[in-house]
Amino acid sequence: MQVSSPGHLAEIKEICKKAFERQKSRFLVCAGTGCVLGGAMEVYEEFQRLLKERGCTVDVELFFEGQETEAGAGISGCHGFCQKGPLVRVEPKGVFYNHVQPNDVADIITASLDQDAVVERLLYQNPDGSRSVTEDDVPFYVNQQRVVLAHCGHINPEDIREYIAIGGYQALADALSKYTQEQVIEIVTKSGLRGRGGAGFPAGVKWASALKASGEPKYVVCNGDEGDPGAFMDRSLLEGDPHAVLEGMAIAAYATGARYGYIYVRAEYPLAVERLKIAIDQAKEYKVLGEDIMGTGFSFDINIFQGAGAFVCGESTALVRSIEGFRGMPKVLPRPRTTEVGIADKPTLLNNVKTFGYIPQILTRGADWFASMGTENNTGTAVFALTGKIVNSGLIEIPMGITLREIIFDVGGGISSGEEFKAVQTGGPSGGCLPNELLDMRVDYDSLVSVGAMMGSGGMVVVDQSTCMVDVARYFLEFTVNESCGQCAPCRVGTHQMLKILEDITQGRGKPSDLDLLEDLGKAIVKGSICGLGNTAPNPVLSSLRFFRSEYEAHIHAQSCPALYCKEFIAYYIDPNRCVEPCHLCQEACPTGAISARWRKTPEITQDKCIKCGICIDVCPGNYRAIIKVTGQQRLNLLEMGRPGRR
Amino acid sequence: MSDIDIEVGLKNVFDRYQGATNELIPILQDTQETFGYLPEEAMKGIAQFISVPESHVYGVATFYEQFYFTRRGKHQIKVCYGTACHVKGATRVVETFERELGISHGETTEDYEYTLERVACVGACALAPVVVVGKKVYGDVAPGKVKKILGKD
Repeated sequence: MQVSSPGHLAEIKEICKKAFERQKSRFLVCAGTGCVLGGAMEVYEEFQRLLKERGCTVDVELFFEGQETEAGAGISGCHGFCQKGPLVRVEPKGVFYNHVQPNDVADIITASLDQDAVVERLLYQNPDGSRSVTEDDVPFYVNQQRVVLAHCGHINPEDIREYIAIGGYQALADALSKYTQEQVIEIVTKSGLRGRGGAGFPAGVKWASALKASGEPKYVVCNGDEGDPGAFMDRSLLEGDPHAVLEGMAIAAYATGARYGYIYVRAEYPLAVERLKIAIDQAKEYKVLGEDIMGTGFSFDINIFQGAGAFVCGESTALVRSIEGFRGMPKVLPRPRTTEVGIADKPTLLNNVKTFGYIPQILTRGADWFASMGTENNTGTAVFALTGKIVNSGLIEIPMGITLREIIFDVGGGISSGEEFKAVQTGGPSGGCLPNELLDMRVDYDSLVSVGAMMGSGGMVVVDQSTCMVDVARYFLEFTVNESCGQCAPCRVGTHQMLKILEDITQGRGKPSDLDLLEDLGKAIVKGSICGLGNTAPNPVLSSLRFFRSEYEAHIHAQSCPALYCKEFIAYYIDPNRCVEPCHLCQEACPTGAISARWRKTPEITQDKCIKCGICIDVCPGNYRAIIKVTGQQRLNLLEMGRPGRR
Repeated sequence: MSDIDIEVGLKNVFDRYQGATNELIPILQDTQETFGYLPEEAMKGIAQFISVPESHVYGVATFYEQFYFTRRGKHQIKVCYGTACHVKGATRVVETFERELGISHGETTEDYEYTLERVACVGACALAPVVVVGKKVYGDVAPGKVKKILGKD
């Protein structure tokens, strides 16, 4: 089926829609990376097998030939709730099953098709013990507003007909047949869409510059180099709804006069690459991409470029250099914008995966609709990857301007360890931490920048009392030092020095003057670096110094790590008051033989043999929890006298 | 690896390309896919194919994490040390692997059975800590699970 004209699309949509409706119900198995690792494909195969045995048609092609079926099975993209996978969604009701294994499939089929019931044990369990039946009821989703992620988990990303059936490519058809280039850009500008890659630059303004720029051929590049550790929104969108991204890019190409496109995907996302290849091939087959799109004479081709592992290539000029076959080193300032001088020195429009993902809906539902969500200069929704010590871990899409408290406690369900909330790290290595005091802050681009953090691409890692903020700062610096391209001294030398200082502090060599030195260095690096990697690298350190200075001081002055994490400052101790019935499991498990005891006597740890691996705590039975970590004066007491002393 | 293998392998790769300078990174990726790493002879061949100095090929290849210049172990163990994994104890997992295999991360065992690496984010953060062995992904990995992962292999 080829779309021979924009008007023809509606007809093809009807054909696709009717075909899929011939399935009275459908079992949709999530096949995102997270669920696949949990065994989703085996679950899917089991559905196919059992449905066939029942006499149901499972071959999608037959629906297009007019056959009906009681129930079909399909795969979908990532729902963003990977922790509960493998996930299965039963349509049309939207019943939502968690942790599904192949031997659960028979029960699900019987309940859905024969009993009009649900399988209770597989439903999401709410904190109060009750069960949520449909996906929309689950607390994790109730507070979300899924716009760019709307189709993820609801359609099969490997079949373009499903995308067309729900109205896909209509936005492109409209753009090509009803709007001029300027009108498309006007709509995008009016919506207030800001780039979702992290910097938040107004998309409409960028598109207008790209249209104005001279040079041929022009390029459109989708930045899928999601390098922030802890962020996987782009991965999910590329795996779960690749056509939305392709359509968004095609609309951008039309609006700016571009002929070729690239999707720059990290090599670490093989499933996303595969799904994109399938999507591009199908889109060309249907004539919604490639030569003479929908018979309008407009041509646009997209190629996939796999990143080779360099965080800095997320920066636009470095990304361009990478595509051109060079080291991914950002161009030195002053330099023209990539929009004017990009690939092969031609105008190149570069936007993030999610930014393109929003475009089709902005066109079909209108700029005003998008602007009605969010806050004044931060319209629309934002997608975050909420991970770490949080009960509901996964991807969340929420209107801009929602408070941090609502994110952590309403959507996220609170802290997983049951401990106190300590902070949330946003924006990855370029971001900062948001502590308790800021829980009522509204989350949007501008607010985050005002507190020294950054939205970044949307990673939000929640930490509790057992996370050492000095170590987290060190961790981010270690990452940045590895990823620095090395061109400019402030970044290359500066971050290296900051890392050394942080290593000194966490390993017992910290000095009081270190804190001022960190701040000075930080400011110098921010000012002197030539690209975003360098000038945001000190953020995690400066931010944690601002809100958690006492932790740094404890490391330096009191030989203490309040979070009981840094090895240099902790010691393990077996409390004889808790080890009431010595079982000796710790002794057996200790890899260095540091634990010894006479039979049925409380074991003791020989401190200079202890490598603080923590395995003894893991194996100590839950009803005793006899092994504890001590720090500061208690540790010093322990080393000197054999016991920690008063608490 | 004998020269003939290199030649044959390289020819298969080069057949898919024109020899333009901007094809360098995909060519390096395909070459590594073919040989498991980038042998010295292959680097020479690539330099000739796209008509650039060998130093340029090395300059580009050494910039990116993905490329290896020495033979890897049969089983490549990649422990994710992204933020979520770090916060959930990835450091302890790496240390446990190091103890069990007798190597540091970044190294390969003498018998070329295992290579241990840290990678910076696989994108499965909800299942932290994550370990990837070959194509298999393990989630919720605690130090206690490490022996099982190695035994299973």
